[in-house]
Amino acid sequence: MEKILQGIAASNGISIAKAFRLENAELTVLKESISDVSAEIDRLQIALSHSRSELTTIQKQTQEKFSDQEAAIFSAHLLVLDDPELRAAITDMIQTQHVNAEYAVQEAANLYVSIFEAMDDPYMRERAADIRDVTKRILSHLLGVSIQTPEDITQEVVIIAEDLTPSHTVQLNPEQIKGFVTDIGGPTSHSAILARTLEIPAVVGSKTAMATIQNGELIIVDGESGKIIVNPDAETLVAYQKKQQTFAEQKAEWQLLAHEPTITLDGHRVELAGNIGTPDDVESVLKNGGETIGLFRTEFLYMEKEQFPTEDEQFEAYKSVLKQMNGSATVVRTLDIGGDKELSYLQIPHEANPFLGLRAIRLCLDYEEMFRTQLRALLRASIYGNLRIMFPMITTIDEFRQAKEIFLDVKQQLISEKVEVNETIQLGIMVETPAVAILADVFAKEVDFFSIGSNDLIQYTMAADRMNENVSYLYQPYNPSILRFIKLIIDAAHKEGKAVGMCGEMARDETAIPILLAMGLDEFSMSASSILRARSQIKNLSKTALESQIDHILSLSTADEVLQFIKSLDN
Amino acid sequence: MIKKQFVFSNGEGLHARPAAQLVAVATPFKSELSLEYKEKKVNLKSILGVMSLGVAAGSTITLIADGDDEKEAMNKLEELLRSEGAED
Repeated sequence: MEKILQGIAASNGISIAKAFRLENAELTVLKESISDVSAEIDRLQIALSHSRSELTTIQKQTQEKFSDQEAAIFSAHLLVLDDPELRAAITDMIQTQHVNAEYAVQEAANLYVSIFEAMDDPYMRERAADIRDVTKRILSHLLGVSIQTPEDITQEVVIIAEDLTPSHTVQLNPEQIKGFVTDIGGPTSHSAILARTLEIPAVVGSKTAMATIQNGELIIVDGESGKIIVNPDAETLVAYQKKQQTFAEQKAEWQLLAHEPTITLDGHRVELAGNIGTPDDVESVLKNGGETIGLFRTEFLYMEKEQFPTEDEQFEAYKSVLKQMNGSATVVRTLDIGGDKELSYLQIPHEANPFLGLRAIRLCLDYEEMFRTQLRALLRASIYGNLRIMFPMITTIDEFRQAKEIFLDVKQQLISEKVEVNETIQLGIMVETPAVAILADVFAKEVDFFSIGSNDLIQYTMAADRMNENVSYLYQPYNPSILRFIKLIIDAAHKEGKAVGMCGEMARDETAIPILLAMGLDEFSMSASSILRARSQIKNLSKTALESQIDHILSLSTADEVLQFIKSLDN
Repeated sequence: MIKKQFVFSNGEGLHARPAAQLVAVATPFKSELSLEYKEKKVNLKSILGVMSLGVAAGSTITLIADGDDEKEAMNKLEELLRSEGAED
């Protein structure tokens, strides 16, 4: 029977494939007494050897597909699996207490888990998770339950999961993953951003997908409307296959615009830029007609690793992006962690309100050595292209001045070491706090450029945590309060002759684009997959005509009124 | 039996990477190899044992090797610890 679920559209496109549930399975272990000790130990040995070959395969695949860095976690898992003390403790329990292997495995592992969890060092505490992972794998073999990870997928599927974590995302192979559906998350959650980067249709926040969808059921993911259709009728299937084809055709048509400039009907030119997370993403930006890089999120370089990336590792990454961009502007955002993004190896004290806490530039100024290493790597790479550096989450002028001072100091140091650096690197800021928006005229005098981080600007203006679904209705990009802020920011920058970009979700939003264009936004930066659609839209707009509507738009009362008004312009 | 003391001066203490390296070096030897720290003694071939000690940076650890290839084992372990910045 056909069933339809509604979620939040996160990445455009239609995918039709079988469901693959990414389980967070709770494996239930019961204590049983056994009589045949040697048979029980045999069961254990078989489970251990299956786990071993499974882990070896995953480790090898990860090494081939990614790098030794990503494979390291599985080497650690193998060491735990082979641990002689752990094995001795398990066998000992089976022999002396006559308990089943499952129970012995769980008890022996729990002992270590509790030791690690009690440690002061948060890094060591997290190692408890490694032990749990390995235990789960052994138990799954003993219980005959299959646990699945993205690497296990060998055919085309739609992934159904509660949520996708950054560590899952390293393991996703876009050739097999045709789409995904998650129970939680909003349009700016990690999984949603990832889906757009990989150009995979996705629906997030479906709430009930895990409870409804079984492995192997045929699924249609409509990344435009946010619908998920389970076991579609023949009729629905045909309709969607047609829709899928139309989408592919439209994509091909947009592809013709890949090498064209973005000029409105009345001859106004804007810049369409790409957002990237790794050097590998540049290819997709260029293929999709991105003219520049408006946002290089450097935190992925840090999140993929088990320890801080070295200066040389960072240098190689920045150099690679700059060289691929061949002289076109490349805006690199310095490390933006804290909030919802954590580093396993960096101990940040727990905070009650992480989005209002020690994150982004605040953290970088606090961990100055880490910040200096990044700036050194950036400066060394600067000779390979047109580098612009952007500081995230600036709230006060002092923060910007302090960051700039460190930058100049690092630069001076490199020059005294006879290292060649680019003399004309622009320094800009993300505008994402109301404090900066309201003081934009003052900031515009000191910084070289602005980039509006709309996701955070909305979150902080509306005082609504964007990870909290209960207040997600307050994520209102068209709310006149947000639009007035943006107007204020753009006008202030232009008065000082500075350029303004936007690198948040709003920059690719079909309703927001005409408004932003009319306000004079210079650069729209978005995920690669949105660039051509935006170009085809902008080419059919007239800036002058829209400008005459701006005063009216800004005088409206609600986000919905703005939405209705923009819709009415289409007709 | 050979006993040797080291000061583990690596900046982060005995974290996953150095611990894994120690275990990897220790495992192939036949001798019984152990690590003593704060009056606790663990099997050096056990990653969980070694990491569960929570050896902090700058602390003193004792390695004990006992068996046919104890000399060779101690040499290899010493080599590794020195490359990680430990001193005796």
